[in-house]
Amino acid sequence: MYKSFEPNKIFLITSKAPKYVLFLFIVVLTIGLTEALVLSPEDYKQSDTVRIMYVHVPAAWITLGIFSSLAMLSVGSFIFKNKNFALIAKSLAPSGLVFNIIALVTGSIWGKPTWGTWWAWDARITSMLILALFYGMYILAWSIYEDREKVIKITSLIAILGAVNVPIIKFSVDWWNTLHQPASIDILSTNTAIDVSMLIPLGIMTVAFALFSLLIFLMKYNTELIKVKNKGLDRL
Amino acid sequence: MINEIISMNGYGAYVWSAFSFTLSSFTILYFVTKLQLSKEQKRFASKFGSLNFEKARVARSQNINREILSNTSNI
Repeated sequence: MYKSFEPNKIFLITSKAPKYVLFLFIVVLTIGLTEALVLSPEDYKQSDTVRIMYVHVPAAWITLGIFSSLAMLSVGSFIFKNKNFALIAKSLAPSGLVFNIIALVTGSIWGKPTWGTWWAWDARITSMLILALFYGMYILAWSIYEDREKVIKITSLIAILGAVNVPIIKFSVDWWNTLHQPASIDILSTNTAIDVSMLIPLGIMTVAFALFSLLIFLMKYNTELIKVKNKGLDRL
Repeated sequence: MINEIISMNGYGAYVWSAFSFTLSSFTILYFVTKLQLSKEQKRFASKFGSLNFEKARVARSQNINREILSNTSNI
């Protein structure tokens, strides 16, 4: 099974896929933006500020998903001693950090008209900021350490420690009395507090954001593989 | 209609700045990643070009190296 994770085989797919993913991303994003900014209704309480949800929520979901993947890949690289897991994790991190920053900034912009403040040190927002710091440490560690074995151990440790924060972010709005509203959508059940007319653009924007993170991952992964091959040429 | 979309009931500055920030972040990340990829491809091509005949033959025997070179010619 692990032979299918061989970089040589993966590169044949990852080198061709970005152009198709980019095309699909542009199509889905265009539909998503039209739905989010023009066709979807305003909220009876929040008025048009609710439209910020269509960038804020998908960004938050994707950054949490990416960090969870980083942690799982790190555990995988420890157990199976497969360096390609670390390479995949390294390639996922940049888009994870950017989505985290987008979630924080758009949340702050949304906070001003709804809460009357740009920032509050409440549990959800603070734990998201801590996640951004973990992403920062993870990416920084890859650029600081030269020794490959050492950097894989350090970055895996950062990802696994940071993963403790993921459930804290998810349940912070239930565990503590926060300014941030509780989750409106429960993926595990059919209960949702959002109307279908808003759920559709939210879904489309989430797909668009997922496609963008896939695109960046593929390009970054190709870069990392070529770096490895460059070192291989030096050894010839 | 256009004015309504721009003003967003007086919240246009918040809504448009949130969307602009998101799309600008996407654009910057995409071009930075693309630049890093093309730099690495060029480095590979230049190293490959400096190999002697025998080393180049060994390197060319690997599918992945041929694939990288074919992508580099498309830059």
